[in-house]
Amino acid sequence: MPVARAKRNTGFSRKAQVSVFAGYLVAVIAALVGAALLIISIWQPSAFSGLRSAAGDATSPAGNAGASVRNGSQDVLDAISGFYQAGRQNARLKEEVELARVKLAEAEAIKQENVELRDMLGVQQAMTEQPVAVGRLIGSSSSSVRRFAFLNVGRRDGVTTGMPVRAPKGLVGRVVETGYASSRILLLTDQNSVVPVRRATDDLIAFAEGNADGTLRIRPINVGMNTIKEGDVFVTSGAGGLFQPGIAVGVATQLYRDGAVARLLTNPAATRYVFVDSVWQPDAQKAPEELLDDVTANAEEVSPASADNTSGTE
Amino acid sequence: MQPLNPKSRFDQYGTKINRTHSPALAYGIPWVMIAFFSLTPVLPVIASAPVVPPLGFIAFLAWMVYRPGLLPFWAGIPLGLFDDMLSGQPIGSAVLLWSTTILAIEAVEARLPWRGFRQDWLTASVILAVYLICAAMIAGVLPTAPLLISIGLQLAVSVLIFPLMAKLVSLLDQFRLRRWKEVG
Repeated sequence: MPVARAKRNTGFSRKAQVSVFAGYLVAVIAALVGAALLIISIWQPSAFSGLRSAAGDATSPAGNAGASVRNGSQDVLDAISGFYQAGRQNARLKEEVELARVKLAEAEAIKQENVELRDMLGVQQAMTEQPVAVGRLIGSSSSSVRRFAFLNVGRRDGVTTGMPVRAPKGLVGRVVETGYASSRILLLTDQNSVVPVRRATDDLIAFAEGNADGTLRIRPINVGMNTIKEGDVFVTSGAGGLFQPGIAVGVATQLYRDGAVARLLTNPAATRYVFVDSVWQPDAQKAPEELLDDVTANAEEVSPASADNTSGTE
Repeated sequence: MQPLNPKSRFDQYGTKINRTHSPALAYGIPWVMIAFFSLTPVLPVIASAPVVPPLGFIAFLAWMVYRPGLLPFWAGIPLGLFDDMLSGQPIGSAVLLWSTTILAIEAVEARLPWRGFRQDWLTASVILAVYLICAAMIAGVLPTAPLLISIGLQLAVSVLIFPLMAKLVSLLDQFRLRRWKEVG
């Protein structure tokens, strides 16, 4: 019975000819349905976000189980390789600890200086805010050229679209879609991801764009003289108001005439937990008209006596 | 009297006496298997480049090549939509490409009804190459050199995985047609 093999040898049977033709017609219509869906989703990328986040929510339990296995298996590999390299590693770590102590002392001094300067300027800004949510990366678009990852926290945990996601070692990406208990992240390496960065040591401003192959492309704003050197570390600059300044992004590995290729500092595959932060400067994310509306509304509400308190960034 | 051949009431799917195929399994298994392999993005692999082969599509291809006519012509709509929901491609990408694949395989099947494994593998490899390139174009990425290299590697892995998927399809095909159901 069930091997329903298509009969193509129709002979003179009118009925058989029509049914074969109808089959091809169905296939063509199916392809056209696909093309129509594709046009809608390219024209309006958020059109099917409900569908996608429902699928994400439905599969997140399986992803959670897998993520714990991933972390476990990494521990096993680490343990084995650590056993073989123990002696050499010990010597190297001792040396690193000595260096780190010195650096720590320097950092403490700089922190103190920073606090004093802040007091002088009267800046009241919490640099280390509590993350909105802590979650695990449970999967990624590993077979597509787009670079998305799935996170096991969603609207339930207060995550909203646009929030930055970081790991202890550096930036991971930003939230692009939220489901009830899962969300989808645009990783830094996606070609559509652009992050304003600066060199950690000075104020060389650049954009870090994804290369879709696991690296970033650093494009300095001042074209012409390329002063980037191999090993330069880039951190978020805070421009645009989405990412809090000073989060590590990448380290330059290969130089070009007008920029550099950078390796990510945080390997998303090796991170156990990631943090979802709130948008750094929500006001900067609003459209200009919206902002103007807010300003005029405030101007009407606020009495002249308290009008001096105009800082829009709390 | 000639003794009866003990195998005469069995075929490769079990005893023929009082047993028949189960329609749910016979028609359902390809759908379930393809949807299962479309769940690749749930694998705990956080890839920073396209490295994992499109397993859902390879499973679909293997069923289409080895059991033409088993999946209906419209199978690309539900299966492709399911694949799109997780794969990260724009929705509709797999619906379009999978439905077009059905037409392409039908064309090959109509012209070369008697084929060997190598011919099937060649057909599948060509279709996979076209699929990966079209999927990248639909996703709208710039074809940079490193990206093309990683797509090339992905294609190589996909082509090498196809025979394994074909073996799995043939095993599941045996299971699919087992005589489970009691008659009368």
